[in-house]
Amino acid sequence: MELRSAHFQPSVRAALFDPDLQEAMADNRRFAAHVREQVAASGSFQALRERARAVKDHTLAHLDHYLERYEAAAQARGIQVHWAATPEEAQQQVLAICRQAGARRVIKGKTMIGEEMGINAALAHANIERVETDLGEYILQLADELPSHINGPAIHKTLRQVQALFHQHHQGLGRERYLEDPAELLAEARRLLRGQFLAADVGITGANFLIAEDGTHVLVTNEGNGDLTSLLPPVRIVLASIEKVLPTLEDAGTHLQLLALSATGQPLTSYTSVYGGADSDGPEQCHVVLLDNGRSEMLAGAFRPMLRCIRCAACMDNCPVYNWVGGHAYGWIYPGPMGSVWTPNLAGLEDTRDLPNACTLNGRCKEVCPLQIPLPDMLRALREQQWQRQLTPAGTRLGLRLWAALARRPALYHRLTALLACVLKLAARGRGRLRRLPLAGAWTAERDLPAPQGATFQQRWQRQQKEKRQ
Amino acid sequence: MSISQTNPRVGLFVTCLVDLHRPSVGFAAVDLLEQAGCRVEVPQTQTCCGQPAYNSGAADPARALAKQLIAAFEHYDYLVAPSGSCLGMIKRHYPELLKDDPAWHSRALALAERSHELLSFLDETMAWQPTTAYPGSVTYHDGCSGLRELGIEQQPRRLLAGVVGLKLVEMAHAQTCCGFGGTFCLKYPDISARMASEKVANIRASGADTLLGGDLGCLLNISGRLTRLGQSVRVFHTAELLAGMTDAPAIGEGRST
Repeated sequence: MELRSAHFQPSVRAALFDPDLQEAMADNRRFAAHVREQVAASGSFQALRERARAVKDHTLAHLDHYLERYEAAAQARGIQVHWAATPEEAQQQVLAICRQAGARRVIKGKTMIGEEMGINAALAHANIERVETDLGEYILQLADELPSHINGPAIHKTLRQVQALFHQHHQGLGRERYLEDPAELLAEARRLLRGQFLAADVGITGANFLIAEDGTHVLVTNEGNGDLTSLLPPVRIVLASIEKVLPTLEDAGTHLQLLALSATGQPLTSYTSVYGGADSDGPEQCHVVLLDNGRSEMLAGAFRPMLRCIRCAACMDNCPVYNWVGGHAYGWIYPGPMGSVWTPNLAGLEDTRDLPNACTLNGRCKEVCPLQIPLPDMLRALREQQWQRQLTPAGTRLGLRLWAALARRPALYHRLTALLACVLKLAARGRGRLRRLPLAGAWTAERDLPAPQGATFQQRWQRQQKEKRQ
Repeated sequence: MSISQTNPRVGLFVTCLVDLHRPSVGFAAVDLLEQAGCRVEVPQTQTCCGQPAYNSGAADPARALAKQLIAAFEHYDYLVAPSGSCLGMIKRHYPELLKDDPAWHSRALALAERSHELLSFLDETMAWQPTTAYPGSVTYHDGCSGLRELGIEQQPRRLLAGVVGLKLVEMAHAQTCCGFGGTFCLKYPDISARMASEKVANIRASGADTLLGGDLGCLLNISGRLTRLGQSVRVFHTAELLAGMTDAPAIGEGRST
């Protein structure tokens, strides 16, 4: 997928003045508040997160072992496991399976790993028809847009926009009137999709967890589309990444509760399914494609805790920046705090410079993260890498160096700050604040600068101490 | 090291923003600490805790400033500062920043243990209670670093509950970031302004006539947005109110306003 993170700043400006997006993001803020109330009321969050973190850290420390166990157990179930170091390899593997099956039509559940692999473009390029079965992804397919959120891909769309999209695309399908009621829109999508499930040659889904002890995989949805996509077509392809493995099904139980609670405030999602491989009730073939794409390197370094992520999206739902700018501004697959750590790690530091910086380090993401991933510390660590690799803007570097050099000379520092306080106080002319200030446009564009009181604390303190001594 | 519990020797870390912008917060801190029985000194070799450098990824300059501050304050019974974010830097991040240098690491840990944010120090360590009065309704903004790195939440509210005549009205989303974020507000001014506007709307909706907080950075940001939007809410650092210094102009107020 094309990396557009270098356009963060212009994307942000557009987002802030997009009334539809702002309406949708305000809804997301309200939804996030509702979820936090459910988390607080659950009583089990702290205990679950401690257990989940211990399991995940143990699994990551022995990831090679658990991946091999998973592969052996999955193969014993007749599942074919494919390893993909890069998105390109994954695309080739998926296309080869489709070709072998003579597939013309693919139905697909929501999969962010599929986005990371660039599967949609690869299928289109191979002239394979694709129908998205997750309602959010279906909306985005109609709109020809990318997800802006990792589990609510179309949260950036308002109901009005969805009404218009359905009207535009469903007109030739015997529709008699403009549908407004969400329940009617949903019923229409369900009716249209039902035929697609039955006609598809291949079903592609993601997986929330891969179970090492028995080779099963676990998928959660709230729409049931995951089950139909997995079970009806003759060939099933599961797209996953290497950090999704857990030792046992019981471990998955802990993670499933945390995931549902943190993502939507539910005790469990409406559909939580554990799938085996091919059998008489399901598909004839089952393939699991496991993507690495830089994760092995993250595993070996300081960013390992990021691999604990279970994609609940609590970090972005509670991020004040994400909730103003929306997911598309981040310019790649994963937005918000977790994305601002993933993207520079997977796609490089150069074209992602804004991502670790567009954060106030307010710590809310770390507070809500069910796996206690130290996201602010990781964003700061990425800023340090930028600094070391001289990717920090030259003006910022110079400014910080000069300021730090000055701050290391207390006597000079106190003289200069006294001068600055005096100048700013004079410039305010008794009004207590400055509306404009040369070189401080970034501050004064949108807010006044309260004026200093005059002499600095140090000046006044020195004077006071001298008077006391006399 | 034995610490005198009745008359501890406190090194006041004024913080760079208070020093430059609002010395009255520093004098309020001195007053409150003395009321609580502390002997207050102000080391002259202090400047800034280094947070702007640290949060910009400039670890080396941040380390140099951390060492300077540790050397300036490690001989006091306590370091106290009127800021949650500077204290988060000293208590949580100095040990991390200096972890590869055993000697400095242990000095950082030793100082971190004896360093406190002013309001939590008054409330918890000194069990001090205010004697002031304030006839108004105030709302309190929780600074993010103090709240999430140090657990400062109830301490300032307990102190305010002891102020005669003061009515504390909680605003909605008091714990949501105001958009300051140090250099964030300069790098992303338009996002920062939206966040500040939301904070302003919540302050207005609370009906309070005064906004208090424990971090001057947040207060300068919120005050600047309040006055730009033409809203008249008085903004003070909590220490100023507790020290009875609210007759002076509030943050952003001129002599005549």
